[in-house]
Amino acid sequence: MQTAMPHISMTTLDGFESFLETRHEPDWLTQRRRDAFALYQSLCEVELEPEEYRRIDLRLFRPDSYHLVSQQPESGQASRFSTLMEHRGEFGGSVAHTDGHPVKSHLEPELLEQGVICCDLGEAVCKHEELVKEYLMTRAVLPDADRFAAWHAAFWTGGLFLYVPRHTSIEKPLHSLIGLATAKVADCSHTLVVLEEGAEATLLEETASANEKDAGLHVGAVELIVASEAKLRYVQLQNWNESVFHFAHQCGRVQRDGSLQWTVGSLGSKFSHIHQDVMLDGKGAEAQVNGVAFATGRQKLSFYTSQWHKAAHTHSDLLYKEVVRDRSRMIWRGIIDVAAEAQKTDSYQRNDSLILSNDARVDAIPGLKIEADDVRCTHGATAGQVDEEQILYCMSRGISRDEAMHMIVNGFFQQVFDRIPVEIVRETLSQSVQTKLGFNN
Amino acid sequence: MSLKLKIENLHVRVGETPILKGVNLEIAQGEIHALMGPNGSGKSTLAYALMGHPKYEITEGTISIDGTNINDLDPCERARLGMFLAFQYPVTIPGVKVADFLRLAVSNVRHPERKEGESLISMREFRTELRETMKQLNMDAEFARRYLNDGFSGGEKKRMEILQLAMLKPKFALLDETDSGLDSDAVRVVSEGLAKLSGPEMGVLIITHHERLLEYNKPDFTHVMLAGKIVETGDASLAHELHAHGYAEVRKRHPEEAAQEEEQQQEATV
Repeated sequence: MQTAMPHISMTTLDGFESFLETRHEPDWLTQRRRDAFALYQSLCEVELEPEEYRRIDLRLFRPDSYHLVSQQPESGQASRFSTLMEHRGEFGGSVAHTDGHPVKSHLEPELLEQGVICCDLGEAVCKHEELVKEYLMTRAVLPDADRFAAWHAAFWTGGLFLYVPRHTSIEKPLHSLIGLATAKVADCSHTLVVLEEGAEATLLEETASANEKDAGLHVGAVELIVASEAKLRYVQLQNWNESVFHFAHQCGRVQRDGSLQWTVGSLGSKFSHIHQDVMLDGKGAEAQVNGVAFATGRQKLSFYTSQWHKAAHTHSDLLYKEVVRDRSRMIWRGIIDVAAEAQKTDSYQRNDSLILSNDARVDAIPGLKIEADDVRCTHGATAGQVDEEQILYCMSRGISRDEAMHMIVNGFFQQVFDRIPVEIVRETLSQSVQTKLGFNN
Repeated sequence: MSLKLKIENLHVRVGETPILKGVNLEIAQGEIHALMGPNGSGKSTLAYALMGHPKYEITEGTISIDGTNINDLDPCERARLGMFLAFQYPVTIPGVKVADFLRLAVSNVRHPERKEGESLISMREFRTELRETMKQLNMDAEFARRYLNDGFSGGEKKRMEILQLAMLKPKFALLDETDSGLDSDAVRVVSEGLAKLSGPEMGVLIITHHERLLEYNKPDFTHVMLAGKIVETGDASLAHELHAHGYAEVRKRHPEEAAQEEEQQQEATV
């Protein structure tokens, strides 16, 4: 028999105190959480940054209707998720979470011997305290960014900690699955990746719901720390059911000659807002950012992306491709920010969207802020509908209207799939798009 | 037995404007027909109406294949019955590879009952056939991996139409100014390509201003269109005559249609 798990409120001080009692964490961390909760309470009184949030209607979001659960759910629940990637590839290590608690993790012994750490973040606090203390929300995602960042800093549980020592290269990708299995539960998982100098790794992360209907909440953060000459590929595929609210602060920092390739796939959720920062901190650092988003029904997906060029000779290249159908809505606001010292920056930012029905809507707002005088920055956004002449052309070759539409949508995304070097990610995204296209037909 | 594409008293309008005003034409498999006529006479309209483009509305008359009326069929259904139009301005479909597009089209045309999601023709056989066909048409195999017409030159787009024709093996092929906008080398390539493909199984309607395409593909019949009607039909020598002397003589022989043509042109400039 399943025992009822105590619910922990995330909006009251009592709730926060009872949450702390379940944690058994070092004092520094408890103190950080206390500071963050106080910050959260004060930030709730302050208006959210208008430029980021004014196109987003949060009136339907009720923070007090979600709770954390204090106990690990029954083991084996991870297997209930229809994951998109877990069974497709061979992974060097993997960690799975359900309802904010770790349910399994594994790492190949050779990697362990090389000093690689790949485990749940809670475990890392015990076993690798100094590393976590140094990197957790100290340089990438800061608790005072806004109320969601503070809320996350107060209540995070679990998530993946990946640490790769100097000049260590991990061939096989690593996998992280974050699942929600119980109605009204919040997942506040934190992804922290630290690549030391010259290290290389690929991390594929996906979120999933155990069933199609249950409401849920994700208040997450992703921190990607890429040291000099290190190379990280990170993929996050958000595939919650369409009753989940998803808020995420995500930040990648890249040092001298480091490289970050970051792919965001957004297919699920009722509402999602991702704040994504890429910071090129060291000379010669580069980042490629790929976005694939597909909204149907009444989904609302929102992205706020920034490419920060803080050093000379840095290169960033962002491409988001979005498709909206039915009554869904997509919002993308992108900024390239070039500091005065970041001469010879080469930055590209592009957003293309395809609108499949009259009631769907896209807002795409590119932007530039440049303080250096010797840079190359290109940006642009396009939005359009499928051209009827394209469909008729396909039909004149024996391809039905629906089939033509599906082919054209897939072709639209293909340009961003072509940039993704990891085959299982390409395949997964392409098949997810196909599956989603199949609905309501 | 050879099938017939039969066009009887066809009237077509675009929006409120009547363009075709009673076209009669019969094309049997194995025959090559040339359709000539001045700009605006309705040649391309006939091609689009035959393919079933919804902007071209049939107000009177019938199009039939072997006695079956196809007026109400959409372009996809017509293609599966063996109709093919080589477009004057083929569209670009970014992100869709030529090979993937063609495999889907070939699967549908060869298995007209196929529905979306059902299996496609075998990848291995398809690849072999595509490779051989491209070789036959002197096309670089690399074409198959490019996105359909994306960044293609005018000549490459027209060759892509011919490649599709070759793979789909239609019963009736309509070529809408496939030779326009090409330099003479490209016209030769396309002309030779078509000559290799046509045969007893294919009825061909070539819409053209030029003679070159017809040198390689000698028409059994030449039709002249004026103001939405076919006013004369002859053999290959008629095409030669029109090319050499233009349409002045035709207009003299058909004063009524010539007057209508002038009227239309005046309306268009108002």
